[in-house]
Amino acid sequence: MIIRVALPFHLRTLARVEGEVSLDVAEPVTVAAVIDALEARYPALQGTIRDHGTLKRRPFIRFFACKEDLSLEPPDTQLPEAILNGTEPFLIVGAMAGG
Amino acid sequence: MSSVRVLVGTKKGAFILTADGKRENWTVTGPHFAGWEMYHLKGSPVDPNRIFASQTSGWFGQIIQRSDDGGKTWTTPGGEPMPDPTGMPSGQSNNFTYEGGVGTHKWYDGTQHPWEFKRVWHLEPSLNDPDIVFAGAEDAAIFKSVNGGKSWQEMPSLRQAKGDLWQPGAGGMAVHTIIQDPKNLDRIYIAISAAGAFRTDDGGKTWKPINKGLKSQYELPDPDAEVGHCVHRIAIHPSRPDVLFMQKHWDVMRSDNSGELWHEVSGNLPSDFGFPIDVHAHEPETIYVVPIKSDSEHYPPEGKLRVYRSRTGGNEWEALTNGLPQKDCYVNVLRDAMAVDSLDSCGIYFGTTGGQVYCSPDGGDTWKPIVRDLPAVLSVEVQTLP
Repeated sequence: MIIRVALPFHLRTLARVEGEVSLDVAEPVTVAAVIDALEARYPALQGTIRDHGTLKRRPFIRFFACKEDLSLEPPDTQLPEAILNGTEPFLIVGAMAGG
Repeated sequence: MSSVRVLVGTKKGAFILTADGKRENWTVTGPHFAGWEMYHLKGSPVDPNRIFASQTSGWFGQIIQRSDDGGKTWTTPGGEPMPDPTGMPSGQSNNFTYEGGVGTHKWYDGTQHPWEFKRVWHLEPSLNDPDIVFAGAEDAAIFKSVNGGKSWQEMPSLRQAKGDLWQPGAGGMAVHTIIQDPKNLDRIYIAISAAGAFRTDDGGKTWKPINKGLKSQYELPDPDAEVGHCVHRIAIHPSRPDVLFMQKHWDVMRSDNSGELWHEVSGNLPSDFGFPIDVHAHEPETIYVVPIKSDSEHYPPEGKLRVYRSRTGGNEWEALTNGLPQKDCYVNVLRDAMAVDSLDSCGIYFGTTGGQVYCSPDGGDTWKPIVRDLPAVLSVEVQTLP
């Protein structure tokens, strides 16, 4: 299943991509499955979104789908239909800098 | 004609400054990795076009970058985009995992606290193999790569050298200095804030503290403790690797026996607090420091930016001011932000938290800024190229 993923600026630079990326993600399409596919496609992103060993989300990274914050949901949370059918991208967002 | 390449790490990217041997006209490229904290960049002595860089971020963690063309292009070793992930090797260049049981060190309040990897402060390429590079990490540990930075393995016995007694200072607890003995590659010196100096004589299998003679009477309950001293920087001259010079939190120190015993050589410095220390490329007894007012006022005494030079290996110091601001200057010079080239007339370089990088092409007699308005400078290294 092709999933659209939007990355923050610095991760786009690191992965050397522009705009959204499209990933072929095996079902069931969960938060963890999307990150797995992203890291497999762009190994330079390993460790930047979640810890190498524990796979815990880094503190200043958030996950959004269809305006819902999934950051604190379990990694095996399945993504909504609008993500699965490509209507909406899965958003990986960095916390705002400054105050 | 020889040339120099100065590698500058800043709070918001890396810059590369190049000039011919006269060191008058400079070309500046960058920012490389714009917006990222670039703690350190250093080239391989074996293959100068191979440069390693530590790129970090509070958001995205640690990245290792490598250039094989002198800084024109960069790659995350082993982390290149994969057209087909099936069966392809995974990038592990960002993976710094402590070996075995993580263990604990002393926390600010005196309790024990688990080791947590935060970033790489310093990269030290091997003296004899372009694929080998050491990384000094926060929380304090040393990692080694034998494949050009594609993967890293901790040298865990360092943390067995009384690591449970190490305690971070306000700036964290990091291996920030790694010095290989050019006459004996099994011998490596490292320094940690705020644990002290350590040495291995067997290629990293075992390490021992080398802090005898250091005194930290205002920082430690036992001023002569075996570990816990806040060592800011160590430097050697390659021709005399048994002679070490140290800028400690307070005190400039010297050891003539590979760190077995230290004695103070602060002499007539206006302040013996500071961060960097370095040695002239051709004069092993000529050393440089940048005095800073105090541990709570991180700027030069009297607002005068002065490098101090000793031609006697310490104790007798002269202020070098020609070309440096002598009023209203309140920048700092961080521990990894001073370097020397090896041209016939030795060049001395340092960067400031105000974004200036200064060069003296004549051993410190005169100074000029190469650039004035970079982001705060974290590190300066220089390569002397044929």
